[in-house]
Amino acid sequence: MTETAEPRVPLLTVERLTMRFGGLIAIDDLSFTAYRGEISAIIGPNGAGKTTVFNCLTGFYRPSAGQLAMHLDGEILPLERIAGFRIGRRARIARTFQNIRLFAGMTVLENLIVAQHNPLMAASAFSIAGLLGLPRYRAAEREAIERARHWLERTGLTDRADWPAGALPYGAQRRLEIARALCTGPALLCLDEPAAGLNPRESAELNDLLLAIRAEEGIGILLIEHDMSVVMGISDHVIVLDYGRKIADGTPAEVRADPEVIKAYLGEEELDNLPEEVAADLEAPQT
Amino acid sequence: MTVASGLAVDNVAQPSIIWPALLKDALLAAFVAVLLAVPLVGLQTYDIGGGALGIRTHFDWVGFAAVGVFAGRLALRLLPRTHRQHERRGRWAFGRLAAWGNRRARAITLAGIVFAVALPFLPFSSRYLVDLGTTVLIYVMLGWGLNVVVGLAGLLDLGYVAFYAVGAYTFGLLASDLGFTFWKALPFSGLVAASFGVILGFPVLRLRGDYLAIVTLGFGEIIRIVLLNWAPVTGGPNGIGGIPRPSFFGLPLSRSAPEGGTTFHQFFGVEFSPDQRVIFLYFVILAMALVTNLFTLRIRKLPVGRAWEALREDEIACRALGINPTTVKLSAFAIGAMFGGFAGCFFATRQGFISPESFTFIESATILAIVVLGGMGSQMGVVLAAILLVTLPEFGRAFAEFRMLIFGAAMIGVMVWRPQGLIAHREPTLRLGPQPASAR
Repeated sequence: MTETAEPRVPLLTVERLTMRFGGLIAIDDLSFTAYRGEISAIIGPNGAGKTTVFNCLTGFYRPSAGQLAMHLDGEILPLERIAGFRIGRRARIARTFQNIRLFAGMTVLENLIVAQHNPLMAASAFSIAGLLGLPRYRAAEREAIERARHWLERTGLTDRADWPAGALPYGAQRRLEIARALCTGPALLCLDEPAAGLNPRESAELNDLLLAIRAEEGIGILLIEHDMSVVMGISDHVIVLDYGRKIADGTPAEVRADPEVIKAYLGEEELDNLPEEVAADLEAPQT
Repeated sequence: MTVASGLAVDNVAQPSIIWPALLKDALLAAFVAVLLAVPLVGLQTYDIGGGALGIRTHFDWVGFAAVGVFAGRLALRLLPRTHRQHERRGRWAFGRLAAWGNRRARAITLAGIVFAVALPFLPFSSRYLVDLGTTVLIYVMLGWGLNVVVGLAGLLDLGYVAFYAVGAYTFGLLASDLGFTFWKALPFSGLVAASFGVILGFPVLRLRGDYLAIVTLGFGEIIRIVLLNWAPVTGGPNGIGGIPRPSFFGLPLSRSAPEGGTTFHQFFGVEFSPDQRVIFLYFVILAMALVTNLFTLRIRKLPVGRAWEALREDEIACRALGINPTTVKLSAFAIGAMFGGFAGCFFATRQGFISPESFTFIESATILAIVVLGGMGSQMGVVLAAILLVTLPEFGRAFAEFRMLIFGAAMIGVMVWRPQGLIAHREPTLRLGPQPASAR
């Protein structure tokens, strides 16, 4: 929705991605591009294969076919050839989970420090510098705390930094998971239903946060969402999946008007005899 | 803490006692007890001469068992209510004690160390007491070592004794074949045990929880059975004897030194006493245990330590954050095993003789019980639990038949009243806010 004069810089290109589980085709020949400094949303009915796309991107699944490439500093990284846990570091992709996965027994701050494991591990020189308390490691730890503090402030969790993460209210846990992903210093942030279970006020706050991150960090955000106020409100670009196939790809306004999309969401036969008020609701701007 | 108790207070709507249901439940438990007790307690075989067996019945005992279980079950079902009632007024006794302990953690630690150092010189001290203290400290060290694997990394290890055995046999073999002394062999014991930790770690990388427990249990048994059957190397059931005692910076603690040497008592010009060696061994294990503790406390605050805890909490999230679960798990196994190896090396030098009999599953179970009883991940809890578990059977010697009974009852008691362990308090590895008063 933002009118930028600059040309769009591709960040992630997905080409002909296919994911099969036995006889089930979860993703079928999916291609799309996510751009730097844009928020791209993947939407679709339940079981459309949205989370499977994320799992392919972040190395939890190995795609049956197709290419996934991150474009970083002129370098092209083929994601399907990087071991799962390395994707975060090498390709700078961070993600959150549909069912929140925090380190519940550890404090909020610790969650954010664990996210910076790799730089800290390098600074601690396989724990030797750390065990000896060398200044090099201490400086790295201070830096990590500062970065954590920055994201705690941005997500409004500073005063609860020393709480166990599991004791936070639901909405704060969602925000903490996003903060944790951001602490890894990603180029692409993948959010799996970040607004699920949030009340309207929290959801609006989330929108502001994501817009601010996009503006300040210049990173790409890829998001799966059911909450249309989030999708239509902040996305630059929406990809619609149905039964693992891409049925639409465009700006929120284009996608909303797409008959294929309406058909996927409401079913084919209902479309013709849609009640007046539902049709009106569909047409109405969602924000 | 305030949050948790606050919730508990809010949620408790005092239920009224439903006596029929309670009685039914207790009767059912008593019925099960009767079913079990008839063959186990009620029937006893004895020799009637000529190799034939007769059966004696003890149905009165079965009756006692049934009544005991009935009363116990009833009491158990009634007790949780009283917990909550206590919680309303304040925390109940042990919780309050634990909270006090957390507040005074530093002072208690210091007092504990001073007491441990002074123990051999206290007026009521005896050779027996120092020897018992040495045993306690071996278990404390093993507990701290296993705590890395179970408490921090959350990998349930039922075969920890294997590393203890590997450490002991490493020293035994180095001493008997290559003439290594205790101090020279100590690093090798740790190193070899750590390598075994990695060897165990590889096949179990994908396993968690129950599955991991079964494999580690098997690993522990494999090591013991290999030691038992590989007679040409390990001496089989005869074990390895004549393992040298540790020396005090090269001064042996014996009555007479070998050719041209000086003994400890000659060097310091004191009367020789066999107690000197016992006290010296005590200080060696005390120092080793303290080093283990310092190392663990320190590594917990390093990235690798936090990664262990993160792995325990959620492995999938760890992978998404770019943490390599393989290296994190293997490092936990290796470090835990290393301390087991050190403790094994000490065990070998203390006993002077090792055989596979010292490394049975019951040892693993005891060490795991110490960790779980103490409170997973709690260093202080391990000390408390080790003292309890080692000394309780000792005090029970007077009424030897009831030792296991008391032991079992104590374990059940802890599981009922403090399932999270005696001391279940996790101190964050770092804080943003000021240190709360409770941590001073």
